[in-house]
Amino acid sequence: MLGRTRRPSMGECMIMPLVGFLGMQYDFQWNVLWTGGHGEWLIQGIWTTLRLSAISWIIACALGILSGALRTVPFAPLRLLATWYVEFFRNVPLLAWLFLWYFGVPQALPRGAQDWLNLHAPEFWSAVAGLSVYHGARFSEVIRAGIQSIPKTLLEASIATGLSVGQAYRLIIIPIALRLIVPPLTNESLNLLKNSSLAMTIGVAELTFMSRQIETYTAKAFEALTAGTVIYLGLCLTIALTMSRVERRFRIPGLIVRAGRAEH
Amino acid sequence: MSFEWSVITNNWQFLIYQGLLGFGKFGGGTLRLAIPAIILGFILGTVIGLCRLSSRAWIHYPAVVYVEFFRGVPLVMVVFWFWFLIPQITGQRLPEYAVALSAFVIFEAAYLGEIVRAGIQSVSRGQSEAATATGLNYGQTMFHVILPQAIRNMIPSLVTQFIVLFKDTSLASIIGMVDLTKAAQTVSQREIRPFEMYLSIAVVYWICTYSMSRFSRWLEVRMSPEKAPSKRAALREAARMTMG
Repeated sequence: MLGRTRRPSMGECMIMPLVGFLGMQYDFQWNVLWTGGHGEWLIQGIWTTLRLSAISWIIACALGILSGALRTVPFAPLRLLATWYVEFFRNVPLLAWLFLWYFGVPQALPRGAQDWLNLHAPEFWSAVAGLSVYHGARFSEVIRAGIQSIPKTLLEASIATGLSVGQAYRLIIIPIALRLIVPPLTNESLNLLKNSSLAMTIGVAELTFMSRQIETYTAKAFEALTAGTVIYLGLCLTIALTMSRVERRFRIPGLIVRAGRAEH
Repeated sequence: MSFEWSVITNNWQFLIYQGLLGFGKFGGGTLRLAIPAIILGFILGTVIGLCRLSSRAWIHYPAVVYVEFFRGVPLVMVVFWFWFLIPQITGQRLPEYAVALSAFVIFEAAYLGEIVRAGIQSVSRGQSEAATATGLNYGQTMFHVILPQAIRNMIPSLVTQFIVLFKDTSLASIIGMVDLTKAAQTVSQREIRPFEMYLSIAVVYWICTYSMSRFSRWLEVRMSPEKAPSKRAALREAARMTMG
């Protein structure tokens, strides 16, 4: 091995000044990330994270639209039910919901249903339930805020120009509403992706779980955590950049879209 | 399918004193973690927000990287990083409370920084120009003119973020800090009554966050009475009109 100098990886170049500055003693072994089947673990983790987020996202959107619509109906009990759903589920930590869905809800089910559930990946579906119900409440708020920011006069003006109500919605209201809702909805969807990492607490083998597992097996925390962090950053930045390109592509000149960026 | 609600009344004291308030022998406590995290996070967030608005590139870009980095990573990851890094740096294990507090402050400062930035940008440019014209320096302008107005504009999103932070403190239970979630977990493992326990802490969390959001609405009206015309203001207006 004499005379052979190993070229430091990019990650090491970035981390080394920090390590030197802090006076840390640490032996880097980046190859733990792809040897011994750990690479497959990471890929499985990414796949589970994406699958969990995608399924939860679809259900959350449906719940968000449904409860958002119910909050505008004239029938008071339905409106109250939707408001109560949003206020209660949004204001309690997701972790508490996940524990309730995973540990608590089966207890409330009949014996047969419990047995059936135990054979069908209970932790994954509990995570889906927790994430989608929690984020459905948050999506509902985003959608409601978007719809409320459209002035009522817009519909009146569209009808005054001779459009029917259906045409006004199809050609004017919905295209504008979508452009208003998409930026905060993207933000909220990224929160869902990031929050899916909490599913590790109930044993879903997603990305955070897998990087923790690599850490446990190899005792190489720095490398394992870096891998997880970089993958999450990559996923989030890719989605954010794609969506901002979509927004720019469909921008209407003169229509100012206020992006609800902060808050997570 | 049977519930036993006595499990809540029997363990109520442990949940509230130890879990929520942190007065027990385990340290921790949701409120004892959330309140310092909110205060320190807001201070650091203000600094980051001001850095992002700086015209000097070497101040501006590190703040941008800081914000974009922490906004792209789940909080769980950040908590694990601190859990692992702090012993490496300091050479000793710190209590879970200190690890959780530092992770939350650093993480939330990125989000709070964005809110502070938006708040400062919402104050019209004329204000800072007028302040400069009267001879105030940057610090005086910020503290006496811009920030008081900016904070008023920020209150709704700021309190929303504080509520988020309050909810996020439940993640401290992952590294073993005894907060409300961990206390409920401990009790439910002993009593095997998860449904009752987790539902009851959901209600406790909800009471805390809901009162925070009510308080924010009250504060918002209180600090900018011109936005919500009260009955008295309307009466005053009417009196002024009739008196000509």
